[in-house]
Amino acid sequence: MSQPINPLRKYIREGKLPHFFCPGCGCGQILNAFLQACDELSVDPSRMVIIGGVGCTARIPVYLKGDVLHGVHGRTLAWATGIKLHKPQTKVVIFAGDGDVASIGGNHLIHAARRNLDVLVVVANNFNYAMTGGQVAPMTPSQVRTMTTPFGNPEPSFDICELVVTAGATYVAREATGRPVQLERTLKKALTHEGFALVEVLSQCPTNYGRYALRSGDPAVTLKWIMDRCITKAQADKLSKEEKAGKFVLGEFVDFKRPIFCGSSVYDLESCECCE
Amino acid sequence: MATSTTERAQRVLTGTHFMLGNYAVVEGALAAGCDFFAGYPITPANEISERMSQRLPAVGGKFLQGEDELCSIYALSGASLAGAKAMTATASAGYNYMQEGIGYAVAVEAPIVIVDVQRCRGENFASQADVMQMKWGPSGDHELIVLAPSSVQELFDFTIRAFNLAEEFRNPVIIMSETTIALMRERLVIPPAEEIEIVNRRYTSLPPDKYLPFKANEEYGVPDFAPLGEGYGAIYSLNPHSEEGSIDWNPDVFEQLYKRITGKVTQHRDKICKTQAFKMDDADVALIAYGSEVRPCMDAMEMARADGIKVGVLKLDTVWPVPEEQIIQVANHVKLAITVEMNIGKYTREVERLCCAKCRTAVATKNRGLVHFPEEVYAVIKEVWR
Ligand SMILES: Cc1ncc(C[n+]2csc(CCOP(=O)(O)OP(=O)(O)O)c2C)c(N)n1
Repeated sequence: MSQPINPLRKYIREGKLPHFFCPGCGCGQILNAFLQACDELSVDPSRMVIIGGVGCTARIPVYLKGDVLHGVHGRTLAWATGIKLHKPQTKVVIFAGDGDVASIGGNHLIHAARRNLDVLVVVANNFNYAMTGGQVAPMTPSQVRTMTTPFGNPEPSFDICELVVTAGATYVAREATGRPVQLERTLKKALTHEGFALVEVLSQCPTNYGRYALRSGDPAVTLKWIMDRCITKAQADKLSKEEKAGKFVLGEFVDFKRPIFCGSSVYDLESCECCE
Repeated sequence: MATSTTERAQRVLTGTHFMLGNYAVVEGALAAGCDFFAGYPITPANEISERMSQRLPAVGGKFLQGEDELCSIYALSGASLAGAKAMTATASAGYNYMQEGIGYAVAVEAPIVIVDVQRCRGENFASQADVMQMKWGPSGDHELIVLAPSSVQELFDFTIRAFNLAEEFRNPVIIMSETTIALMRERLVIPPAEEIEIVNRRYTSLPPDKYLPFKANEEYGVPDFAPLGEGYGAIYSLNPHSEEGSIDWNPDVFEQLYKRITGKVTQHRDKICKTQAFKMDDADVALIAYGSEVRPCMDAMEMARADGIKVGVLKLDTVWPVPEEQIIQVANHVKLAITVEMNIGKYTREVERLCCAKCRTAVATKNRGLVHFPEEVYAVIKEVWR
């Protein structure tokens, strides 16, 4: 009996499945939502440059038919800057873990947002360094136990959306793998955005975050832990700061246009507003 | 890269100049077709970025001042894989940060050019202390091509050569500059554009479904290139990869890849390694030097010859890969080879291993932020030549 073929299969490289993600990992769902979004928009990922750094999330691009850069920790946006300056018409999408983009690559992140580089950054926030075995990451919540915080995380965590909004990003949203419809809709919007777009996707890592922080390797437990803490932006707007503590706010934070970065060009100094 | 005649004319400032070394690098890069530059401020390399920021946009290229040297080096790979002829310039401290990015460019065969104006531990004194790091900075197996100019004219000439070698071998090429020559003004002759030899990487003629980004036609060959974003579906990963670019953990695949990636440089040493010999024909003593240290050696050679000691100079234009054949040839003809360098004595080990059992060796080191004076080099000759 022949199995029906997933219509998104056409975007996946030949002979690359099964993928290497653990059973229940959110990366597969993110890949799925991304391809669904591309398909509905009729934008072909094989014409894109798709970039991953290192980490589990960073492996998402290697399954796709586009041109791919991969294998160095945290430098995704630096690569993208070179590509976009030399070939501005290229569509560039980055898949990054929270460690990759918010820790080791943090400097590139804020400056790419400040410049309004025309790229889409999809951040899989699984609350830990997954590929290296579940260590604490900048987006691990306070007090949580990980492989390198056996007594609980003594540090506050980063809100990457707030960070890039402040730095100057022009499209910023947070979604969760537990809301596939909203996730896909958000990715569609982000894909069509011109300028720096970042979508943070709360994503379950049952193998490391689940087992160490939540004491269960069952994917449903991690997924539920995430979804129990999610509130929408509309709900959050009605809450005080104290009431919002420990919650993940889902929704769109900014969506506007401003000039995108394309490197310096020869222009008339007199037309520059800041020069008297 | 197609450039119009006027653009090419703007790119090549044909004529005789009295020019700063750092500016000569920029002019060499533009003459070679550089169309992407990324840099981060650092003395004594700043004049390269500054002049690039003026000159490059005027000829249709892109200039970027990144947030750090990591941005520069990875932006170079990104731009290069998209088809640019890309360069960065830094000084020792910044070169430290670039190592992983250079290793990446080696692994994915991205042609890039890096200028490192060596300096002394945060100060802008003269030094050649990074001669080993030039080559051995990145982790993993790799070959790098490192050129060592000794004058402003050579900063111009070698920069063109650096781009040509990078394009031909699809490998990072490093211009090992020094504070001395970078901040020196000298006569520079820029030839007419049509007399400058330009090498461009070979683009693939295959359709995307037949194209393999890491397949070369010869054992030690260089793959044909397809730029990013045109649907070729190439994977450029640092991880061990197959000819197709996919991450591949097969030990045979890994061994084969690095055999070719390093072999394409080491097996073409005859093309890459250049030296210049001065009065070596009758020499008993060879001074072996690179970069600005060649200059005092030339004077010391004359001082020694005036006193009846037959000294010659072997100038290493390429320091990596080591010009082994040329050094061995010298070792076979002289009785003593003295390496002269501005550090605690590093490259001398390469020379010693090649001279072993052929001639005596010695080293003249100087590690105090100053180039050797000719008298100092001559003093070493007199001391060891008995
Ligand atoms: C320079 C460097 N430092 C450290 C590592 C080791 N390393 C590999 S994956 C990884 C963690 C990735 O975590 P994250 O970015 O959050 O992605 P995830 O695996 O959680 O998806 C690290 C630290 C590396 N490959 N390179």
